[in-house]
Amino acid sequence: MSDFISGLLVERDGPAWLEARREAGLARWRAAEKPTRRTEAWKYTSLQLLERDFNAATPAAIPEDGLPQFGGARLVFVDGFLQGAIDDIALPPGVGLVRFVDADPGQAARIADHIGTAVASDKHLFANLNDATLADGLFLDVAAGAQLDEPLHIVHVTTDREPAFSVSQRLLVVLGDNAEASVIEHFSGESTAAFTSGITELLLGAGARMQHCRLHLEQGGAMHIGGVHALLQRDSLLDSFHLALGSDLKRIDVTVEFAGPGAHCDLNGIYLLRGSEHVDYHTCIEHAVPHCTTDEVFRGVIGDEARGVFNGRIHIHPDAQKTRAELSNRNLLTSAGAEINTKPELEIYADDVQCAHGATVAQLDEGVLYYLRTRGVGREEAEVMLSYGFINELIEALVHEPLRDFLHPLLAQRLSRDPLLTRHLA
Amino acid sequence: MLKIDNLHARVDDKEILKGLTLTVNAGEVHAIMGPNGSGKSTLGHALAGRPGYEVTAGSVSFLGRDLLDMDTEERAHLGVFLAFQYPVEIPGVSNMEFLKAAVDATRESRGLEALDTVSFMKLAREASKAVNLDASFLKRGVNEGFSGGEKKRNELLQMMLLEPQLCIMDETDSGLDIDALQVVAGGVNAMRSAERSFVLITHYQRLLNFIEPDFVHVLSGGRIVRSGDKSLALELEEKGYGWIADSAAPGEVA
Repeated sequence: MSDFISGLLVERDGPAWLEARREAGLARWRAAEKPTRRTEAWKYTSLQLLERDFNAATPAAIPEDGLPQFGGARLVFVDGFLQGAIDDIALPPGVGLVRFVDADPGQAARIADHIGTAVASDKHLFANLNDATLADGLFLDVAAGAQLDEPLHIVHVTTDREPAFSVSQRLLVVLGDNAEASVIEHFSGESTAAFTSGITELLLGAGARMQHCRLHLEQGGAMHIGGVHALLQRDSLLDSFHLALGSDLKRIDVTVEFAGPGAHCDLNGIYLLRGSEHVDYHTCIEHAVPHCTTDEVFRGVIGDEARGVFNGRIHIHPDAQKTRAELSNRNLLTSAGAEINTKPELEIYADDVQCAHGATVAQLDEGVLYYLRTRGVGREEAEVMLSYGFINELIEALVHEPLRDFLHPLLAQRLSRDPLLTRHLA
Repeated sequence: MLKIDNLHARVDDKEILKGLTLTVNAGEVHAIMGPNGSGKSTLGHALAGRPGYEVTAGSVSFLGRDLLDMDTEERAHLGVFLAFQYPVEIPGVSNMEFLKAAVDATRESRGLEALDTVSFMKLAREASKAVNLDASFLKRGVNEGFSGGEKKRNELLQMMLLEPQLCIMDETDSGLDIDALQVVAGGVNAMRSAERSFVLITHYQRLLNFIEPDFVHVLSGGRIVRSGDKSLALELEEKGYGWIADSAAPGEVA
């Protein structure tokens, strides 16, 4: 697969610093060893689907607007191209938002200072690919003490076009000390065969607070290899929610590094797979400093012949005393052919910490199904209700109500195509 | 209404019911008492159709139909309701969603139109008031974090909304304080009618002070070994179950 990138490397307009970044990324990509099935981090996820020719994306027509509104500002990219202009968006004082290609010298310097600082390019090969193919990106710069309360909703739609094409997305969020922001990243496309590389970096200054949400709603032949990489300074707070509907191939890496004491991370996620879909979440929390806390919960419902992968690593460094970290991964397999490969990993090198982790794989509880059936609910509807309840606990925990209202019916419909079976949900 | 004849049932290869015979006519209230392990709960689940409860001999007819030939939900549609001894928690599914699904399925099976949301919520709120359960419980996950008494009252609430023909109540009184017991008994008494029958499975005579049974049966060793009127319950309360086991023919009682 080392050559599949060639079709993506086209001449682009844009600032010299971005071109330099592409070249450096390309050099790292070419130099790096490519993963095989013997590579531990890729053991259950085949990259065979990338063994084909991709073109760089070209501008597409604006799709019909069936996209939700979550109350805040919304940006829509179609096949990587922004629709409309950022200038039209009203933002609170102290909040800057600019496309990489439009950055003025001051903004470009800030981007250069921060980009790549949360993602370890030696560990995340596909971040190098993202660099190498990057045509544009978004920079959200929130000054110290400034607040972006209403969520910034960033939609990436990929369309159904031939030949196969690829899109690279980059989001860089820098929160100054005590700044606050809410961002919803939303990838969609129902029958696309696009390959997307989406890398997000979240840099939280001291005391900063961030609500972050990343929805992978692409379906069908969509392929996405990307990640979210956060760096948390002292006393900052990150609440990051992830959702992936299955498609041909999804691999999302989430890393959180604590760089200052007193910070907290809530990391929650849901994956829903059916057919022969594949979703792979790799999460890694680096507790490098003392007095930080992590609560991580991922849940998956996997049906048909689909395959899910969850690898959750929590690494407590020798200096990270007084860490509290909990990781739970629960999976529901709704068919005999469904598969989950789950591996929670706790590595603890400090002695005064509280840590717990657990992973479970279960089928629908016959006792609960029986209870529902004694109330007259048919078996199929009872199965859908139970699967829904299994993930709904995490949806209910979301702070933003319009987001919950959007996700409830979406998830119910994902669990069953028969509206009669989902009519009592959401 | 319900005719159980020589019912034998086993669970996990262990025979629990060994020739149970019982007839319940419309409008009657039957209390079934008996020592632990005598098969009381097994009877309830065998009638409700719990998977894994295998009937090896005998027959059960309900409203003239072969109950044992029906799926669990079909039995519910026909009017069999089992109030669970240990109601199940379903986190993430709200009580309201659950109740609406149950009522809609039951109404549909009876050829009735589904209730619109507003009418249903009104009904549900009235029922929750009748069982002294705050309306906020309708929004919570099914039985999630409910106390023992709240779960039992939630069972009663479901029974009121589903309006079954046959109510089997499996130790609904156990674990209830006197106030909750009176709420449950009041609910049952309000539902008594010439068309509806009750089978009350209980350890304690106390419940029968509040719900007066027409018949009392003693279940022991998987069979009904004695039947009588409400005075039998008082006798059991006084003497325990030993004298019945003693008086039964050797070999008849496990």
